[in-house]
Amino acid sequence: MTQTISLDSKVPTGPIADRWNNHKFSVKLVNPNNKRKFTVLVVGTGLAGAAAAASLAQLGYNVKVFTYHDSPRRAHSIAAQGGINGAKNYKNDGDSIHRLFYDTVKGGDFRSREANVHRLAEVSVNIIDQCVAQGVPFAREYGGMLDNRSFGGAQVSRTFYAKGQTGQQLLLGAYQALMEQVGQGTCELHTKVEMLDVVVKDGRACGIVTRDLTTGEVQSHSGHAVLLATGGYSNAFYLSTNAMNSNATAAWRAHKKGAAFANPCYTQIHPTCIPASDEFQSKLTLMSESLRNDGRIWVPKGIDDNRPADQIPEDERDYYLERIYPSYGNLAPRDVSSRAAKRLVDSGHGIGPLHNGVFLDFSEAINRLGEAVVRDRYGNLFDMYQRITDENPYNMPMRIYPAPHYTMGGLWVDYNLMTTVPGLYALGEANFSDHGANRLGASALMQGLSDGYFVIPSTISDYLADLLGDPVVPTTDPEFASAEAGVSDEVQKWLSVGGTRSAEHYHRELGKIVWDYCGMARNRTGLEKALSEIPALRSEFVTNVRIPGDTSVNQELEKVQRVADFFDLAELMCRDALDREESCGGHFREEYQTDEGEALRNDDDFCNVTAWGWTGQPGEPSKHVEPLEFEYVKLTQRSYK
Amino acid sequence: MQLKLKVWRQDGPESTGRFETYDAVDIKPDMSFLEMLDVVNVRLVESGRDPVTFDSDCREGICGTCGVMIDGQAHGPWKGATTCQLHMRAFRDGDTIVIEPWQSAGFPIVKDLMVDRSAFDRIVASGGFISADTGSAPDGNEIPIPKPVADSAMDAAACIGCGACVAACPNSAAQLFTSAKLAHLNLLPQGQAQRFRRTEDMVETMEQFFGSCTNHGECHEACPKEVPLDFIALMNRDYLKSKMKNRKLAGQVFP
Ligand SMILES: Cc1cc2nc3c(=O)[nH]c(=O)nc-3n(C[C@H](O)[C@H](O)[C@H](O)COP(=O)(O)OP(=O)(O)OC[C@H]3O[C@@H](n4cnc5c(N)ncnc54)[C@H](O)[C@@H]3O)c2cc1C
Ligand code: SF4
Ligand code: FES
Repeated sequence: MTQTISLDSKVPTGPIADRWNNHKFSVKLVNPNNKRKFTVLVVGTGLAGAAAAASLAQLGYNVKVFTYHDSPRRAHSIAAQGGINGAKNYKNDGDSIHRLFYDTVKGGDFRSREANVHRLAEVSVNIIDQCVAQGVPFAREYGGMLDNRSFGGAQVSRTFYAKGQTGQQLLLGAYQALMEQVGQGTCELHTKVEMLDVVVKDGRACGIVTRDLTTGEVQSHSGHAVLLATGGYSNAFYLSTNAMNSNATAAWRAHKKGAAFANPCYTQIHPTCIPASDEFQSKLTLMSESLRNDGRIWVPKGIDDNRPADQIPEDERDYYLERIYPSYGNLAPRDVSSRAAKRLVDSGHGIGPLHNGVFLDFSEAINRLGEAVVRDRYGNLFDMYQRITDENPYNMPMRIYPAPHYTMGGLWVDYNLMTTVPGLYALGEANFSDHGANRLGASALMQGLSDGYFVIPSTISDYLADLLGDPVVPTTDPEFASAEAGVSDEVQKWLSVGGTRSAEHYHRELGKIVWDYCGMARNRTGLEKALSEIPALRSEFVTNVRIPGDTSVNQELEKVQRVADFFDLAELMCRDALDREESCGGHFREEYQTDEGEALRNDDDFCNVTAWGWTGQPGEPSKHVEPLEFEYVKLTQRSYK
Repeated sequence: MQLKLKVWRQDGPESTGRFETYDAVDIKPDMSFLEMLDVVNVRLVESGRDPVTFDSDCREGICGTCGVMIDGQAHGPWKGATTCQLHMRAFRDGDTIVIEPWQSAGFPIVKDLMVDRSAFDRIVASGGFISADTGSAPDGNEIPIPKPVADSAMDAAACIGCGACVAACPNSAAQLFTSAKLAHLNLLPQGQAQRFRRTEDMVETMEQFFGSCTNHGECHEACPKEVPLDFIALMNRDYLKSKMKNRKLAGQVFP
């Protein structure tokens, strides 16, 4: 299916600080009595989806919400540890909306839209208030005021947190708001169903097709608008910090129905994760970036040093982040910290049994603050570390190494969060919007909640207003019938392959290719290799995978479809990485670096967003470009020295 | 390590179940319990058999998706840990491990080790929230909250909704789960306006699905987040207060 794709960002004009307010004033409205005449389908119940579904139901829209989880509370957002940014300046340390805006544009290496980022910074303040009102138990100081900590890429303390479980608490807040609406009957909740197609009629999104994961039933749902809040695609790497079931299927199926996919090569490799220990590993565990507030990162100065950390004298240690980036030190942004760790490990300074990590050391903090304070701040993370590694981080430094964590790329959306398919929106990590080429810590939770609580409730009426009086497209329409048939046929296709290997096997093999050639550092030769290896592996996969069982509860069947979509997406990630002949943020092309090994942007040719269209075959996407302009933050070489 | 697994297999809620025995060979002590099951499942699939259905997602003890009985203990032998956090070094070479689903009328079996915990969502939908429509909030620092109060609310809010408390309880009671949600919201100043209504609604919804509490305390022992039993006492007190006839005059004070 070839669609004409136009990338009209709909960014308002005028002074940046007024744009969002002016925009809210200029959008078309739907009056309160008419809202119930509109049905909005929300796929996903993470921060973005739950916040959107709750807020839209409160406004009076008819909302139906879908998740493949058994409860909305289990969405991957629950796992976020460290915190959420808000430009409250409660610390009086010079923070402001403008500074958060500035830090985020710079942190994203000048590859995001200024107007979006400014809106995010403005709304960040309301998010904190909203969450407090819902009962999110943010950490408090003894005087009862909200406490803050610092995160990477910032020199102020603006991160709000709830122990090491901030994502859990924010999600529970949104989930509770959602369940209140479900209890009142204003929102219909569908759990354990997976969206497998978006239905488009006359150029507008008019519904979705789902498969019930318990009964296998394929069903259609129609609505006036469809919101995808389905999360990111880090699991294309197989090993990542994402939950086991996180996948890109919803976004990918939407892409196949005409939604352009933007900047797929912008992936974030988080610097502080527990290194892999063996082949059987099913996922990697993040150790929150907040640990970098008090932990110091180092490696031995010598090559292949096998001594335990406490036997390496101070003058034989290289606190490399403090050395190379004195002003940000251990709080250098993620892309920069990850690459520094990789360089040192690659050059023989790696530690641990497999020489695949660097130390994150708390001894200085424990001496300065006492073990009790450290335990209070990070106790649950330390426990988590000890359970996994059998090592006690109070006595010896943690071993850490970068791992795939977050995807800045995603479905292209305009300022209203609408994709290139009218009526189809993307929220949260599923869209590409606000983080450019690198996301700063504690900004994903902020963006998900901004999209869900504050942006979409204000922008969706602009689209719906024109549809007033139009009934939804009935699910008996031929467009629904053909989408349903497509889903059922695909299920049957997988059940009848009858090969010899599990879907898991192919996922792991695919992940290795993506990590090796499209991971922390990329180059032309590697990417070209990946682009020939992925299709070859896919041909084997589709003929040799084995899916046992039938259409009722069948986790292998769920998995194989997700893996199939990862294959297509991985190919697009590599294509995009090859096409972007510069380094920026998380996209590091070895051919383009400064003398000091930092990312070297090419603003003349690549100060833009690349959005890819589906043309019917994986590997043959159409390319579309949205130029970016920087009026308020001057394009400069990023420096954290 | 070489282990034997005795695993509960059941095709659906209405079918009769049975134990089946599988060999778990070449298991490394550094594997997590669920990685061990993954390995067994891949071998089952690749040898043409039906893999064991079990739930998991985050694999770091926070989403509450995983949870099975391991040798009769909910989430297995490690205290304060979920099934996904348990590692194989907790077992010895040659062990036989018995793996069963949560057993409770409130949690019907979906398949094998997977159960339906939607009753928990129903309890929350009946009152487990603070009504604060988006956009209506005052400044976050407007109401100072003493640190001990915020910390206590956080201890309660740490519940992951896994259902181990119900599975471990001889009466299949859901008191620990329900009281944790109530304490989280009832302890905070923001939660006072709906405090007694919330308590009444949630307790009564809970009673539709789960048994009654006779103070065994097994729930706390099994709870991966070590949610304190004190919250059950708080819930009982609040429930009594909610039943006072002249509730309007009782005020909405702190406990
Ligand atoms: C370990 C970890 C720690 C993190 N810590 C932080 C932090 O401290 N601060 C920060 O700002 N960010 C953090 N992040 C990033 C942040 O958590 C995520 O980016 C964010 O939560 C994503 O939210 P979301 O609402 O977009 O999607 P998700 O929370 O991923 O939710 C996706 C939802 O979509 C549903 N879904 C997906 N596909 C389908 C389908 N086909 N059919 C039906 N339903 C579907 C899922 O069931 C789920 O409900 C962390 C991430 C990880 C992995
Ligand atoms: S109280 Fe504990 S055992 Fe019960 S659901 Fe919550 S976390 Fe699980
Ligand atoms: S899988 Fe999330 S708690 Fe175990």
